[in-house]
Amino acid sequence: MGFFIETLIGGLMAGMLYSLVALGFVLIFKASSVFNFAQGAMVLFAALAMARFSEWFPIWFGFDNLFLANLLAFLAAGALMFLMAWLIERLVLRHLVNQEGATLLMATLGISYFVDGLGQSIFGSDIYQIDIGMPKEPVFALENVFEGGIMLNLEDLYAAAIAASLVIVLTLFFNKTTTGRALRAVADDHQAAQSIGIPLNRIWFIVWCVAGVVALVAGMIWGSKLGVQFSLTTVALRALPVIILGGLTSVPGAIIGGLLIGVGEKLSEVFLGSYVGGGIEIWFAYVLALIVLMFRPQGLFGEKIIDRV
Amino acid sequence: MLYRENGQFKTNYKDDQRILGITQDRVFVWALVIFAFVGVPLLVDEYLFRAILIPFLILALAAVGVNILVGYCGQISLGSGAFMAVGAYGAYNVLMRFEGMPLIPALLAGGLCATIVGVVFGIPSLRVRGLYLAVATLAAQFFWDWAFLRVGWFTLYTPSGSVAVSNLQIFGWTINSPVEKYWLCLGFLTVFAFLAKNLVRSAIGRNWMAIRDMDVAAAVIGIRPVYAKLSAFAVSSFIVGVAGALWGFVHLGGWEPAAFGIERSFQLLFMVIIGGMGSIMGSMFGAAFIVALPIFLNQALPVVGSWVGVTISTAGIAHSEFMIFGALIVWFLIVEPHGLARLWSIGKQKLRVWPFPH
Repeated sequence: MGFFIETLIGGLMAGMLYSLVALGFVLIFKASSVFNFAQGAMVLFAALAMARFSEWFPIWFGFDNLFLANLLAFLAAGALMFLMAWLIERLVLRHLVNQEGATLLMATLGISYFVDGLGQSIFGSDIYQIDIGMPKEPVFALENVFEGGIMLNLEDLYAAAIAASLVIVLTLFFNKTTTGRALRAVADDHQAAQSIGIPLNRIWFIVWCVAGVVALVAGMIWGSKLGVQFSLTTVALRALPVIILGGLTSVPGAIIGGLLIGVGEKLSEVFLGSYVGGGIEIWFAYVLALIVLMFRPQGLFGEKIIDRV
Repeated sequence: MLYRENGQFKTNYKDDQRILGITQDRVFVWALVIFAFVGVPLLVDEYLFRAILIPFLILALAAVGVNILVGYCGQISLGSGAFMAVGAYGAYNVLMRFEGMPLIPALLAGGLCATIVGVVFGIPSLRVRGLYLAVATLAAQFFWDWAFLRVGWFTLYTPSGSVAVSNLQIFGWTINSPVEKYWLCLGFLTVFAFLAKNLVRSAIGRNWMAIRDMDVAAAVIGIRPVYAKLSAFAVSSFIVGVAGALWGFVHLGGWEPAAFGIERSFQLLFMVIIGGMGSIMGSMFGAAFIVALPIFLNQALPVVGSWVGVTISTAGIAHSEFMIFGALIVWFLIVEPHGLARLWSIGKQKLRVWPFPH
């Protein structure tokens, strides 16, 4: 029982991180109907920028303070993500308005190749560390309930806390600020939003900025867990079943989908994987999402798809 | 002046139903086919065969298959790499498990395996569409990547997990030189391209296009979506599977699942989009573009670097290749979202009215 709960909690933590990446997808899809395959590349780029800046700043400016270095690196990487958002909106999306979904998908794939190459030629392609001072040692909880207690990874707990607070901030931003309302209006109906004077181009820029910040936070957490390396881009592929499970247009869907997939992956790997040779967590999430899609084509929380001729 | 259908009257049904209706088209295509079969082997050296022409032919075949599904039936699929893998491993199993199995039936059997798998993974298309379907087909990709890596039965329990075929023979004719491989692939591409061209202008092709344009409306006028979508999946994955079998047998010789990874699926979709959705000719243009571009960049970048006096490191070249490839794709999608096939038809139209502008 203790082992089961341990796996469950491990799954929830992993799921929280998936939903962080998934959030980036959902934000952009909601606002501009672009399925942003470059999200993984953006996560890698942001993480690389953060890792290298936190290494370079103390050398350039001659100080020795880990917190300050991380803070400055975070801000600098954030500024880079804003610049990238502006360039993508300006150079790519503006020219591709009203194209088919497949064309836009391919365009974001092109962007992801570009960003991958750019990030690695500026920041190098080795494995880098991000050290934001997260504790690595495990703690044990509920020792009086189960024998040996439940092993928890403090690092995961911190990561989950950061992810949760980011989600709360985003929810407040969407619901309480004028810009957030404008974003939701654009997401609901482009034409209606434009007709009441909301500038579409600016909204798209803001959405890509927000997605960039989400990518930065995701990259920071994943990077400090796994090290910053090229394989971070595959995190985006792991997050895809999350968004179709939760629904492409739903922010809560991304969160709950992430948790479901995280738990499902871990439980299936531990309790089912040994029968079929292991390594099933990669496709299990997709098959899980597929089964849900068969019953709810719009995902668990997506808007109902209504067809009219 | 030269390219004009004026005066070519169609007086019977046979003329009316030709694949290439205009004499000039017919002459051009046949000249092209004959040139490809006879002329190219005389002109080209071995490296070009190995590095460009054989991959181009096989991937063009796969792109024709993907185009049937994506371009004609409108079902975006990111699982094409998996269908190629199923074709390759299916053909391998058929060849190895049955004593004295000839090569071509084995390749076609690989295609049949891919058909079955394609139809099974196409079932979600009946419920979901668009980007949801694209992600759903990724399930096929990841599942088969895993299956061919972990399930020993598919690889006949080879200890290394990679499989190899040698001694390809058709009626006693051994295929081992690059030219012979080229002929084999070219033969497959020619036959399948004509079959596909013929199929997409038949009743079933029109059903696919109706489903692509709007599936609810197509269902209302009496086209069965189940039948149309699944048949598109079946035909598409058959062609993709045969291409996969060729890729493994002829191009690679020995392979492991990584040869058919998700990158391959993306590459095939790039070919279809850049070549032009809903065009058989376009698939070949797209394949040529995507196969040749990285090789061209790889050769050209150090030269350009030496002009401006910079030596680019190997890693630097790899990264700049990525960047230029990505930027070119985006640029191309912006300037010609309908693909190279559109340029082709614009060119034809210009020729038709030449020397007058209208």
